[in-house]
Amino acid sequence: MLELYGRQLESRLMLGTAQYPSPDLLSQAVRRSGAQIVTVSLRRESAGTKSGHAFWTLIQDLNVNVLPNTAGCQTARDAVNTAKMAREVFSTNWIKLEVIGDEASLQPDPFGLVEAAKTLAADGFEVFPYMTEDLVLADRLLQAGCRVLMPWGAPIGTGRGLNNVLGLSMLRTHFPEVPLVVDAGIGAPSHAAKAMELGYDAVLINTAVAKAANPAAMADAFGKAVEAGRLGFEAGLMPKQDTAQPSTPVFGAPFSPFG
Amino acid sequence: MLIEMNGTQHKTQATTLQRLCDELEFDPLVVATALNGDFIPREERGITGLTNGDRVEIFAPMQGG
Repeated sequence: MLELYGRQLESRLMLGTAQYPSPDLLSQAVRRSGAQIVTVSLRRESAGTKSGHAFWTLIQDLNVNVLPNTAGCQTARDAVNTAKMAREVFSTNWIKLEVIGDEASLQPDPFGLVEAAKTLAADGFEVFPYMTEDLVLADRLLQAGCRVLMPWGAPIGTGRGLNNVLGLSMLRTHFPEVPLVVDAGIGAPSHAAKAMELGYDAVLINTAVAKAANPAAMADAFGKAVEAGRLGFEAGLMPKQDTAQPSTPVFGAPFSPFG
Repeated sequence: MLIEMNGTQHKTQATTLQRLCDELEFDPLVVATALNGDFIPREERGITGLTNGDRVEIFAPMQGG
């Protein structure tokens, strides 16, 4: 079972709530995925629209854990302020910390991330930092008080899967006891399965489900891929080798030159 | 007085952040507020005065990834 900041979770799939064709399709996708954590955000609310109220009611009806993000923040100060507002509105200490350092790639700013993580952890937040797969950054974030890390697979919304499998594997090997979640860039169930086979504890998916022709079915597919990948990891993958090895015993085979 | 409300100019009679929320009919439990870039907790809205030119931001839950 997965444990994140003391909360036990059966599902290793976390789902974003943005970009669905309709609120109903979002609800269906969350239910079919089996996800027990969904990410949410805060945005400026126009007077009298109450759209935020309707969305929050829909999320509460799903009876899942809510992980607010600080999406769109480009400085530690903005991220800290957004986190404090999210804590008040969503009544949770959990925060998915995003401090974006480059607008084109939406690459996290490692310096702002560490600065904000320190401030937030000291203020009682339980921080899920969206980060690159950098080992030194991971170490600094852990020192700052993070007890979960969320390295990207690929830039947000690209659907390219795991761009740096070696880097992600090294992170896993370096920090065997830290819950690691691949966040961003996953485009297909096979990418999610791959992350789980590497020994990652969970994956966070949004666009790949929301933009699927059938979001609920894709959510189901991701749920199954995450389970399969995790089971494969726990079962122990065979070592890779460069030369062929016959799986059928050669000795005694019909007409075999080997006897 | 004239303030900046969520990035646009807004004329208001409200003298506190709480009164501004009431004037705009926001549900006080579902929004978060910031004044000049700093978070203002719900319980401090009533004692947070507004002055001409202040930047107020009001946030509500939204879809996120």
